[in-house]
Amino acid sequence: MMKKSMKVLFSVLSIGCMGIFFLVPLALGQNMIQIKGSDSEVNVVQKLAEEFMKKNPGVNIAVTGGGSGTGIAALINKTTDIANSSRDLSPKEEEAAKKVGVEPFRVVFATDGISVIIHPENPVSKLPLEQLGKIFKGDIRNWKEVGGPDMTISLYGRQSNSGTYVFFREFVVKADYSPHKKMMNGNAQIVEGIQRDKAGIGYVAVGYVVNDKGEVKPGLKIMNVAKDAQSEAYSPAILENVMTGRYPISRPLNQYLVGKPTGKVFDFVKFELSPEGQEIVRKQGFFPVQKHWMDFNRKQGI
Amino acid sequence: MIRMELEANIREGALEKKGITFAEVRSQRIKEFLIERFFFVNGLLAILILLGIFSLLFAKGYPALKELGWRSFLLSAQWNPTSYEVSRYGILSLINSTLMVTIGALAFAVPLGVACAAFISEVAPPRIREILKPTVEVLAAIPSVVVGFLGIVLVNPILSSVFNISHGLNALNGSILLAIMALPTIISLSEDALKAVPKTYKEASLALGANQWQTIVRVSIPSALSGIIASIMLGMGRAIGETMTVLMATGNARALTFNFLDPIQTMTATIAIELGEVPYNTTHYFGLFIIGFVLFLMTFLVNLVSDIILQKYQEVER
Repeated sequence: MMKKSMKVLFSVLSIGCMGIFFLVPLALGQNMIQIKGSDSEVNVVQKLAEEFMKKNPGVNIAVTGGGSGTGIAALINKTTDIANSSRDLSPKEEEAAKKVGVEPFRVVFATDGISVIIHPENPVSKLPLEQLGKIFKGDIRNWKEVGGPDMTISLYGRQSNSGTYVFFREFVVKADYSPHKKMMNGNAQIVEGIQRDKAGIGYVAVGYVVNDKGEVKPGLKIMNVAKDAQSEAYSPAILENVMTGRYPISRPLNQYLVGKPTGKVFDFVKFELSPEGQEIVRKQGFFPVQKHWMDFNRKQGI
Repeated sequence: MIRMELEANIREGALEKKGITFAEVRSQRIKEFLIERFFFVNGLLAILILLGIFSLLFAKGYPALKELGWRSFLLSAQWNPTSYEVSRYGILSLINSTLMVTIGALAFAVPLGVACAAFISEVAPPRIREILKPTVEVLAAIPSVVVGFLGIVLVNPILSSVFNISHGLNALNGSILLAIMALPTIISLSEDALKAVPKTYKEASLALGANQWQTIVRVSIPSALSGIIASIMLGMGRAIGETMTVLMATGNARALTFNFLDPIQTMTATIAIELGEVPYNTTHYFGLFIIGFVLFLMTFLVNLVSDIILQKYQEVER
């Protein structure tokens, strides 16, 4: 008898719990912000969201990664409020968004210098952009061709849903990547791979390589990159190099919103661009928004 | 028919003597009928789902086949739908990669698994057996992400130092991990098959003067072969379809290679990586379903062949 009543109680409780699970998201709906996309941006946006939630109790922000392509797809499918994207929207995506009535609204909230990383034991320390492209294209296959030891170059990169993958291809490789390039799941996996691979070379967002003081994480070495063979090579770890554009592979980090933001989403974007938000961006190893992009944001009314 | 029988019974008063009324018998019959149908529908459901998946994969993949022709899929080794220049949809290198890790995994898992099963069922003292069997089964409960992670942080550096290569994210790494994942299936089912071998076989062998090793290798294992082959096929099924582990540990490079020390990208990894971001109803999207379709055919073939082998073997046995 006792057992039976316990069972009944238990099932009532579990049904109740399930009900709560279903109802809670509904109740929180208005103060819930979904952010999805770029793996390069996920950590810094997570940090920004945490600080924002501390100051605005009652607001819930969920930040997930998956890649810029995934975020933009979610924006078009209306399953996210903000899509993090480390690349621009492609014309195809813009068209697809218009078709379903989504008007993507771009905000630039940080600057990234895509960093080329190698193993610390590799003596090569600078490369012009063109040679870098040839390495990732598969034309240069051995480190000795660029002044290193006699080792087959082992390429690390991202998968095609990554904004960094697309940006690096358009900007540096200007062709298809070598089919020998290993396609890793995220920035962290590339870092992990390079730390163990003496012949490795990979590209990651700068926030994954340096801390806020510009110090490089242990087990990694940053390649200095020059615009062309005649120019001087610069490191992306130093603020001025990226902000002035001396480091050639820098890019704005975007967020795409569903139309012009209002309410909590507007507050959050404002917070990101405030001096406090930009300080957090800096602490996560990325750089503040460049002046012309700040003007771009302002012109849009943010 | 049933009704007439029942009525006859009632007339003779046979049921009343037992205290069972006509209505009760009827409800019993109906219940039985419904239960029978229920199981029939369940059996049918498995076939329906199978056919459903088959036709769905084909229907989703067909537009790509129509647009590009099967040659561009099956006669090319270059898969690059999001290419900077020309999109390419050749799946040969992906098929090759999947076969490589699967065969590699079996090369490790079969000898190890069968030997371990033989040890558990024939050699180990009861106490060790009681510990060993559940432990092996726990191995099956490790999530594939965790195994993949081990591949990156553990197998990767070991391989790179053993083979003196710069990194260990390659087909061999994937094979080792998949072997670990297929082992519990192979050990557990092979052990069951070995245990089912009649004791008289072993006794006869031992009585003829064979030692334990000879008995295991020449009597027990051949007698249990059908079960062992079934276990291997199930393990192979697991290896072909596994996604997360190979995605993490094999490096994902699309170049065609036959070298186990080169990075590779399997069919499953390709689908998992690309399906998340591909725009719906594009050639690329349909192309991924073609990969799924081919993968399905491959696993189907494995199962079919194993079934045929089993049947043949059992006929001989009889």
